[in-house]
Amino acid sequence: MIKAILVFNNHGKPRLSKFYQYFNEDMQQQIIKETFQLVSKRDDNVCNFLEGGSLIGGSDYKLIYRHYATLYFVFCVDSSESELGILDLIQVFVETLDKCFENVCELDLIFHVDKVHYILNELVMGGMVLETNMTEILSRIEDQNKLEKQEAGIAAAPARAVSAVKNMNIPQQIKDMKLPDFPQAIKDLKF
Amino acid sequence: MALRKVKGNLERMFDKNLTDLVRGIRNNKDNEAKYIAQCIEEIKQELRQDNISVKANAVAKLNYLQMMGYDISWAGFNIIEVMSSSKFTYKRIGYLASSQCFHTDTELLMLTTNMIRKDLNSQNQYDAGLALSALSCFISPDLARDLANDIMTLLTSTKPYLRKKAVLMMFKVFLRFPEALRPAFPRLKEKLEDPDSGVQSAAVNVVCELARKNPKNYLSLAPMFFKLMTTSTNNWMLIKIIKLFGALTPLEPRLGKKLIEPLTNLIHSTSAMSLLYECINTVIAVLISISSGMPNHSASIQLCVQKLRILIEDSDQNLKYLGLLAMSKILKTHPKSVQAHKDLIMQCLDDKDESIRLRALDLLYGMVSKKNLMEIVKKLMVHMDKAEGTTYRDELLSKIIQICSQNNYQFITNFEYVSVLVELTDMEGTQHGALVATQMLDVAIRVQAIRSFAVSQMAILLENAHLFFRPSSKMADVLYAAAYICGEFATELKDPQDTLDAMLRGKLVQLPGHIQAIYVQNILKVFSHILSQEEERGDSEAILLLCDSVGNKLQQFVSSADLEVQERASSAVHLVRYIHKQVSKNEGGMSEEISALFSGELNPVAPKAQKKVQVPEGLDLDAWINDPPPSSSSDEEDYKEDNAIFSNVVGNKFAPSAVPEPSEEELEKRRAARRVEQASNPHYLKSSHSSTKNRSSEKMNGQDDISNIPVAEIDLPIPLKIPGLASSNHYMSPSKAYEAVELDKPSKKDKKKKKKRRKEKVSSDDDDDIQALHVVNTDIGEMPEGAQLSDPDDNDNRPEDDPHRALDINLDEPLRDEEKLPVLAHRFVDESLLPIQDEPEEQANAHVLDTKHGKTSEKHKKKQGKDKKSKHKKDSKKKLLAEEERQRGVGSEDVKTVPTNTDDLWLSLDSPAQTNEQQLEPKDKLDPSTGEEKKSKKSKKKIKDSEKSSKHKDSAKSKEGYEEAAGISTPSKEILSFADKNRSAPSATAPPLSAYTKLAADKTLHLVHEVRTVGLENNQIVVSVVFNNISAQLVKELDFSVSDSPTVKLMKSDVDQYGVKLPFQLKASASGEALFAFQVSDVTFAQKLRCTLTYMIEGTDDISSQEKLDFWLHLPCSSFMVGRLTQRESVTDLLASGSLTARSSMTLESIDFDFSQVLQRVCFHAHFTLVERVDSTASLYSHSIQQHNVCLLLKFNMSTKTLVVDGKSDCSPLLSSILEEVRGLLTPST
Repeated sequence: MIKAILVFNNHGKPRLSKFYQYFNEDMQQQIIKETFQLVSKRDDNVCNFLEGGSLIGGSDYKLIYRHYATLYFVFCVDSSESELGILDLIQVFVETLDKCFENVCELDLIFHVDKVHYILNELVMGGMVLETNMTEILSRIEDQNKLEKQEAGIAAAPARAVSAVKNMNIPQQIKDMKLPDFPQAIKDLKF
Repeated sequence: MALRKVKGNLERMFDKNLTDLVRGIRNNKDNEAKYIAQCIEEIKQELRQDNISVKANAVAKLNYLQMMGYDISWAGFNIIEVMSSSKFTYKRIGYLASSQCFHTDTELLMLTTNMIRKDLNSQNQYDAGLALSALSCFISPDLARDLANDIMTLLTSTKPYLRKKAVLMMFKVFLRFPEALRPAFPRLKEKLEDPDSGVQSAAVNVVCELARKNPKNYLSLAPMFFKLMTTSTNNWMLIKIIKLFGALTPLEPRLGKKLIEPLTNLIHSTSAMSLLYECINTVIAVLISISSGMPNHSASIQLCVQKLRILIEDSDQNLKYLGLLAMSKILKTHPKSVQAHKDLIMQCLDDKDESIRLRALDLLYGMVSKKNLMEIVKKLMVHMDKAEGTTYRDELLSKIIQICSQNNYQFITNFEYVSVLVELTDMEGTQHGALVATQMLDVAIRVQAIRSFAVSQMAILLENAHLFFRPSSKMADVLYAAAYICGEFATELKDPQDTLDAMLRGKLVQLPGHIQAIYVQNILKVFSHILSQEEERGDSEAILLLCDSVGNKLQQFVSSADLEVQERASSAVHLVRYIHKQVSKNEGGMSEEISALFSGELNPVAPKAQKKVQVPEGLDLDAWINDPPPSSSSDEEDYKEDNAIFSNVVGNKFAPSAVPEPSEEELEKRRAARRVEQASNPHYLKSSHSSTKNRSSEKMNGQDDISNIPVAEIDLPIPLKIPGLASSNHYMSPSKAYEAVELDKPSKKDKKKKKKRRKEKVSSDDDDDIQALHVVNTDIGEMPEGAQLSDPDDNDNRPEDDPHRALDINLDEPLRDEEKLPVLAHRFVDESLLPIQDEPEEQANAHVLDTKHGKTSEKHKKKQGKDKKSKHKKDSKKKLLAEEERQRGVGSEDVKTVPTNTDDLWLSLDSPAQTNEQQLEPKDKLDPSTGEEKKSKKSKKKIKDSEKSSKHKDSAKSKEGYEEAAGISTPSKEILSFADKNRSAPSATAPPLSAYTKLAADKTLHLVHEVRTVGLENNQIVVSVVFNNISAQLVKELDFSVSDSPTVKLMKSDVDQYGVKLPFQLKASASGEALFAFQVSDVTFAQKLRCTLTYMIEGTDDISSQEKLDFWLHLPCSSFMVGRLTQRESVTDLLASGSLTARSSMTLESIDFDFSQVLQRVCFHAHFTLVERVDSTASLYSHSIQQHNVCLLLKFNMSTKTLVVDGKSDCSPLLSSILEEVRGLLTPST
């Protein structure tokens, strides 16, 4: 069973958190923090398995993670999962994201965390691996996006226009340019 | 209206959407909390609006805030509103929010039951998919109970996407609602063979999760998994299966033997590292579970170790890590094979990755030998110096101690170890001070020869005690050991005076209490040693000086806060004063008395010895310790006096005459026995032995009569080391028992040495011949007979609330009547409670209501109040049938009735390959009685032979396992005997319905058969034939052949060219069952096949004669029908769709049965399912193995006893044949 799936960036900012066991929000943040501390101090060339992490699980649980550019993908799993299998699954997850967002970067995760959740829901359900075949996953996601588009139809047109206008909002754009971490964001653009 | 809509849209346009929120948060880094608080206010506003899209937008933003750590459960009701939207887009947002913030204890969940049910049954598979995904995150026991049936229904959905999700969902349902497991399990099992590999994989996943926690209940699935393992190419699934086998093998070693070969093949062939690794892991588990036997064991081990080496040598750190992890499992059972790779493991110790180093450390203890121990230890110490984190350093320290001390210092050749320990005390900040101290004590006490060295080292430590005074230092504990060792072995001290000074110096009161206490005590010991030295020299001045200084210094302890320290110190101070007084009075000989205070030898005692002392045989703890009768010895006289007083008080009750006066001989015996008891009783105080011994040996006519005491007869395997009583003879002739305890002894030398030591004390024999340096007293310590150090604890130690506890359910037992999933039923709708929800459907109202009422469907099952009772009855009957049908799938068997279960049979088969083959090609079949005859016999038999048939049913059931169990078929040459089986009583109410009908008979054999459809195999049926040998001879070489018809063919293996050889022999009155699969290409008409069975009868004089039996096998259309109904609604849809073009009807008159019986018969024999029954009308459904649908409507007129049967189907010939059959069933006379 997978107990939690966490994605956070190099500074420990959560980009996705999915817990398959209930923790309240404070606890969740604490777990993310602790996990980040454990994971972030490890070099990139060491192994991807980590025992411990006192908050989640216990001796039966392992953290399995991968580090891509600015993001850490961490799966907390118990002994019934194959370590290498989960590593593959992370890879599948990231590749799927990459396909769905076309060259995924941290910004995609920041602004579309809901979509990331939907994608994850096609891979893992209730802590159990649901599907590992990427073609299948992509076609499911595609189907659902189509459904959404159908529903939106003409009704969504004004909303789209407004959001386009909003995006054109020049003062806003300028504000965005001033983002203190903008150079960072540019770096993030590539995996 | 329109205006409002437009307004809503406009409002929405200028609301913040999720992107705006994220952007805003990023723009307000400095006052994020404030900004978010503001956003939450806005969201609250939005949630108050009617427009669902506004709400959905708000909930989407909440999702984001939840990830940031904000509690959003206050919006639970709104989330549910959004979930219930009819638009997929909003629904998805709502479900996402619910999966993120709802959990099992969320009270709002009870509002969701009906909405989720509606979504589960939605036309759009993605609605149902959403509901399942979210439900898996928050399902509560109530939801699980209420929705179990709906999810079960989805298991048979036509869409693989839903089946897959539903299968996974079932696991969550089981966790919350364990009662669902048994009824649902057969269907879950079917999913293991689902045509869609995703579904299959999900089912494997679920069963693995279930089996991981309760493996024993799933052993019966092993054959099926075995088949999957050998046929599947889906690595994900293979990994799961192989992991599952790893959990099963410890329970069933035979399974392990079967697994080795295919696993080894996989190891050789696979290129997927993950699969390779899991295979190795499971092979290791297998090898651990098989204690011995298989000759190619070492080959397997070698293979594993080799492959692991490749993994470890890989540049990928992950593989390296896993390789080491698996290696450590092998190490436990096959240390030699791992030792061969010592170089590699040592190399890993230097790896830059800490996880890898830790794993290598785990392996290290298996790598050490006498030669390299010190080298390794030195290396580890270097690592310790370099180590940065304290955790790693602690780990290193404990590992050093572990490898040095393992097996009682087996590998230590000289006790440099003490210096190592002393060096370890330099390590800063470790947590293991106490551990080091214990080791020091242990070594100094066990190894006599190095005591002086140890003592000198400890003296140095004491000199430098101030180093440990820092309050945070955990290493202070070593002072405890140092003080104790210096005190206890004060005679070894080079300069006791210095040591004493060192112990009295410094701010001792800063030390922890227990260390101070040991200080006080040992200061006295050293003091007494110096005292005796000085006394020898006759220097009383020095003694007085010494007393003064010690007395003064000890004063500081008297005011200690620690009670024990205080107490010890004050007695010590007074003792010293007393000595001072005596010496100043010039009384000599003090030292002897003082040292007597501390004399006595130390023996190691095992940690649990006290608890494990067992009552020796013959010792009755409740019996008198001393017999009541008086005797000549003084204690006994005392006793007699007591007794006299007692009898005075009590009067006649204890008249002396009642107690027989024991003879002198008897008394002697008793005394001897008592002494033996004392000797074997570790609680018995030692102080008395010298006198006891003397007395007894005198009384026993002198000499060495101690040996006459039946010590050996008591056969205590443990030498209880109470020195006084034991004679040296006893130890000189080492009893087996003695040796048995000394398992851990490294060398004979040690044993000898130990004996010697005891001897010294006991009989003061020769005390030279002390062996060289490192003699270790390696006893585990004194332990009572049969006791083991490790307490076996086989209790279920899972926490009480672990849901898997409740899932420890025997799945092989047939389902009971009352075991069924709660089904949604109609309820009263209380108008006054009509809900405020905006769902239009009436059903939805009922739903909300139901949740308000809170509880299960069962309570409310009152729709047809009047009919309730009768309906209930029928229901249960119907269930019974349905369950029976399903059980078949489970391969369940009545454990009571069948001595060997399917697993046994399966496991006893040697070659897996063979099994597969057999399973794929079921064998032949049998012979025919003519149709009419059969039918009429059927009913007769049912009544008359009820007992017999039920017996057959049993056997059939028991055998069913083969078929489902991935075709394991019957074991070759097994002689089956069901003769002594218990019979299960036929059910009392309904007439027993057995599908087994007579097929053919001659004077030797009696054949009955049953036709079944195979789970998901299209175009296949299986005929199960039970062969009863009714003769008194052995029947063998049964060979079955069929002349195939154009549309029905027997499936044979290539070997069986003409007929099928049956894999068993039949002893007199034994029976055996065989399954024959037929390929059917046309199901629309009844078939009649000619069958021939040839067999040999073994006569009395080894003369065998061949016999032949010809018969007809009838396959009516109903044998091609699958009476399983997936979804009730589907029948309604089907009827409404108009695709059932063929219609037919008939009227049957003068029916002898009542309507329930009619339904029962039709359902059972013609393989139909009851869809609905209202009074005396019922609709039935079935479909053929080629997916032709048949619906029947039965109307029964009670008074005229007429039955009208209307049939609809998409295949007209099939329908008419079925109707004919129904007629045959209900009117046996025609």
